[in-house]
Amino acid sequence: MSFLTLTKAQDLAWLEIDDPDDKVNTLKESLLEDFEQMLDQLEAVPDFKALILISGKTSGFIVGADIQMFAGFTDAGQAKNLGLRGHRLLGRIAALPRPVIAAIHGPALGGGLEMALACHYRIATDDRQTKFALPEVQLGVLPGLGGTQRLPRLIGLRTALDMLLTGKNIYAHRARKMGLVDRLIHGPGLREAAARFALEVSKKPLKRGRRRSLVDRLLEGNPLGRALVFRTARKTVLKKTAGNYPAPPKIIDSVSFGFSKGLAKGLIYEAEQFDALVRTPESRNLVRLFFAMTASKKNDRSHLARPVERLAVLGAGLMGSGIAEISAQKELWVTLKDLDEKALARSEKRIWDHLDRAVKKRALTPFERDRTLSRVQGVTDTAQMSKAELVIEAVFEDLELKRSLLAEVEAHCSRQCVFASNTSSLPIAEIAAHAAHPDRVIGMHYFSPVPKMPLLEIIVTEQTSEQTLATAVGLGARQGKNMIVVKDGPGFYTTRILAPMLNEAVLLLQEGAAIEAVDRAMIRFGFPVGPITLMDEVGIDVGAHVGEVLGGLFAQRGIKGDNTMARLHEAGYKGRKNNRGFYLYGRKRKRINAEIYRFFGGGPRKNLGTAEIQERLWLVFANEAAYCLGEGIIRNPSDGDLGAILGLGFPPFLGGPFRFMDQLGLREVHDRLQKLRDRFGARFSPAPVFENQRCSFYGS
Amino acid sequence: MDMVPGRRRVVLIDGCRTPFLRAGSGFKNLNSYQLARAAIKSLVRRNQLEPSLVGQVILGSVISNIQTSNVAREAMLGAGLSYETPAFTVTQACISANAAICNGFELIAAGQVEVVIAGGTESMSDIPIRFRKKFREKLIASQKYRKWSDYFGLLKGLSWRDLLPEIPSITEFSTGRTMGRDCDRLAARIGVSREAQDRYALASHMAAARAEREGLLAEEVEPVAVPPRFEVVQKDNGIREDSSVEKLARLRPAFVKPYGTVTAGNASFLTDGAAVVLMMEESRALSLGYRPKAYLRHYLFSAQDPREDLLLGPAFAVSRILERTGLKLCDVDVFEFHEAFAGQLLANLKCLESKDFARKYLKMEQGAGTVPLQKLNLWGGSLSLGHPFGATGARLVTTAANRLLKEKGRYAMVAACAAGAMGHAMLLERYPQS
Repeated sequence: MSFLTLTKAQDLAWLEIDDPDDKVNTLKESLLEDFEQMLDQLEAVPDFKALILISGKTSGFIVGADIQMFAGFTDAGQAKNLGLRGHRLLGRIAALPRPVIAAIHGPALGGGLEMALACHYRIATDDRQTKFALPEVQLGVLPGLGGTQRLPRLIGLRTALDMLLTGKNIYAHRARKMGLVDRLIHGPGLREAAARFALEVSKKPLKRGRRRSLVDRLLEGNPLGRALVFRTARKTVLKKTAGNYPAPPKIIDSVSFGFSKGLAKGLIYEAEQFDALVRTPESRNLVRLFFAMTASKKNDRSHLARPVERLAVLGAGLMGSGIAEISAQKELWVTLKDLDEKALARSEKRIWDHLDRAVKKRALTPFERDRTLSRVQGVTDTAQMSKAELVIEAVFEDLELKRSLLAEVEAHCSRQCVFASNTSSLPIAEIAAHAAHPDRVIGMHYFSPVPKMPLLEIIVTEQTSEQTLATAVGLGARQGKNMIVVKDGPGFYTTRILAPMLNEAVLLLQEGAAIEAVDRAMIRFGFPVGPITLMDEVGIDVGAHVGEVLGGLFAQRGIKGDNTMARLHEAGYKGRKNNRGFYLYGRKRKRINAEIYRFFGGGPRKNLGTAEIQERLWLVFANEAAYCLGEGIIRNPSDGDLGAILGLGFPPFLGGPFRFMDQLGLREVHDRLQKLRDRFGARFSPAPVFENQRCSFYGS
Repeated sequence: MDMVPGRRRVVLIDGCRTPFLRAGSGFKNLNSYQLARAAIKSLVRRNQLEPSLVGQVILGSVISNIQTSNVAREAMLGAGLSYETPAFTVTQACISANAAICNGFELIAAGQVEVVIAGGTESMSDIPIRFRKKFREKLIASQKYRKWSDYFGLLKGLSWRDLLPEIPSITEFSTGRTMGRDCDRLAARIGVSREAQDRYALASHMAAARAEREGLLAEEVEPVAVPPRFEVVQKDNGIREDSSVEKLARLRPAFVKPYGTVTAGNASFLTDGAAVVLMMEESRALSLGYRPKAYLRHYLFSAQDPREDLLLGPAFAVSRILERTGLKLCDVDVFEFHEAFAGQLLANLKCLESKDFARKYLKMEQGAGTVPLQKLNLWGGSLSLGHPFGATGARLVTTAANRLLKEKGRYAMVAACAAGAMGHAMLLERYPQS
């Protein structure tokens, strides 16, 4: 038995979990085996007053099931059988004749939390790294080790559904308040306190006081109230997922089943649902995405990277402030440059407001907020950032301005200093055209709002050196971003594939579609916001500019340009930033700007059909992604999927454009594109790569 | 051994203090100014000090009284010293008096002045309690009220909550945690048991009681007659000779419930008191006919991340001062360490012994070694005598010098921790007695 160590001291049995092959403990089959043998022994000779389950690692309790395992569940019943085996094991823990206490420090997630829930009592440390969550929903499955059964019984229906359906983290003090844990102690005192707690409960079982609110008790104490809770939860879930994710409704089913049929039957039901969910394409895609995201956070060229401790950001707008904030949070010193003190103060306020939100949630102390903010230092003079090792420009999209900034940086900063542009469309090579050291120029394309959006698109030109790339990737890794490295060109990858989709949305409006119909269709498809809303968010002026930058590229393929965006911009519509775009933004809610239809033929709107709208928009998007793959803009389909999902909101459950095309079959996609080309012309011409690929992007 | 060659040598002539009383007892009607005034007056009297000789007065204080923000100046004037002697107040949490003494040391060593009175004062019975911000704003605005009817506006827009007074928080500003909680955590981290803490606390009380019985404390404690009735307070009142391990074991944890280990019994208590020392440039002292007790040889301050190592100051400061002076722990005869909590003191002792600590935090190969308990705080410590924040440092230095004479040792080490994760250590050497 390599995972578990049993020691007995002063009437107490300590069971220490420590995976010898990993930095963290995960639940895997070999651990289950060890546990079963251990339980044989503990059941046979219960010569202890209480049993304490504790992790042998400082990294945490158990961080969940081993997700690698999921791919192996190919046949029906496989996952169910393993689930039932897990249930039997946890059932045996729960049935031990002595009190069993889980002593938790660090994360107890997924199966780890479920194991703790099977114990009779829980004591946890109140350190910041201690957290509880059932994140299975994010992988398209449900907690399969009793989470849908034991959690609602312990903390109440509504709180449990919240945890189960969001997968969110619960930290120590909150966990204590909601009854998830029985006792708290500081990190270093865990063993001592667990021992005292164990001896106490071995003498006299703990009586848990009522922690639930009156409303909760009234609602959850009777079948009628519970039915209401379930109905509300189903409605919310449907609204949030547009019915695209199968896991959340199944989670509600499982909880509800357990409440009416009892624990034993509930557990079987849960195992069956897990078995079904884990084999859905949605779950498969979410699991793959999870692995791709983890991989994209690493710097695989770290040996080449020059360390960056001092960063300079040019332009204290929304982007610049965001980049400064996430860097300061990772203990970098940031010099933020703008034209005047007022712009700098606005930026300071923006960062302060955002950090202060974390303070209100107690994720940060006021003092940590202040220290972080102090690491962002505003200047109005380029000479004051001469010590920066990397400079990111985040000024507006003006080629000449960017070139002059680059020249200024080359004049003031050291010879090793890397110049990164946060442009979303201008080719980096053009910005670097007159650079003295084009090898130190690179693109770092962040997404707005920077603290929230995980993607960083890094753009290399023919001349960008390996060291420059490694340095930029190193900074991105430190900022905690998921990175894709792409080749230079107009719009690189993300902007380039988004542009045809937005263009298509404009064309749909010209054909008579209603604004809300287009948006709604794509939300139903799985995007977080519709393309028209997105245009307002990005800014119609920016859209018009992107259209200009990309115009030449598409013209070469025989695609006619459309100047509606430019005309809208001229007419004074900018989108969100001046509250006038496709929507009008009032103080509280937005409404359709009916006036704007005069640019789209006016008159009553036609119903073009949801399927048609979806098909045209996603295919033109995916087809452009395929062009990018063929041209080597992206290195592989996985980067393409990651960029589309994390940067542009492509539905995660579909796995990204390349996965989705693979799932439909490339021939099918090709046929559909050809049909659309026949109807609408060159913009749907299938990318050349369809001719070369045998049967799938990933497989071959 | 001198910090920088060519600087003047600084000697400690004498030190004394008021009795240290539990907050809310005998000194509850005195404020920090009055306590400091009493201590300075005693120091001047017992040394027959000519006031015009004093070049500088420096006092430490933590909880400041608005009327006497520069309490050093007010107290020295109140004690009858010369109008022409400048005075300033320093604050560095529980090592404020140490900061005051080191400031005096620097002034003398640099040749700026020749005679300094330094120390500290604290009244925990008279902490400034304020109205809340909203109500304060209203009160300030009310100063401009003209007509009586304006006063109707005073309570407008205030909730009853705004009228509740605000008691100064004892939490660490940067972390929002109480020091007791941090100590509890530290004790667990370093492996100091509840029993060890209780036993140490008891030993501290026993040592103080013995020192008191044998008249050793009388050397430094000066009686205070408390107005208006001028009742005389002669002794410290925090010493619990009647305590026992069993009694201490029954106390509930004060900060981390229910399984913490720090209790009211093994933590220092809120205390009123003041302590001062008289320091001089060596040759000046001799020419004035004073017999110095000790040289002040060396000192340093340390600081760490308050989130992690709040109370480990002494372990850092002592290790570094030994490294800098080339001395070893076995060269030191007298140890006077501040006892904020028994758990804190024992954790520091353990860290000083630890090779891992030395490697991880100090980049040194070896730990400093073991501080022998038979040389540590033999006349009691902050746990038993009390801990007026601003004054404790002067008590430590005074007792260290007195013990050097009594025990005929050569070197004495003073160390203390402070809020903000700071630490201090000072090395004294007994003055050769002719």
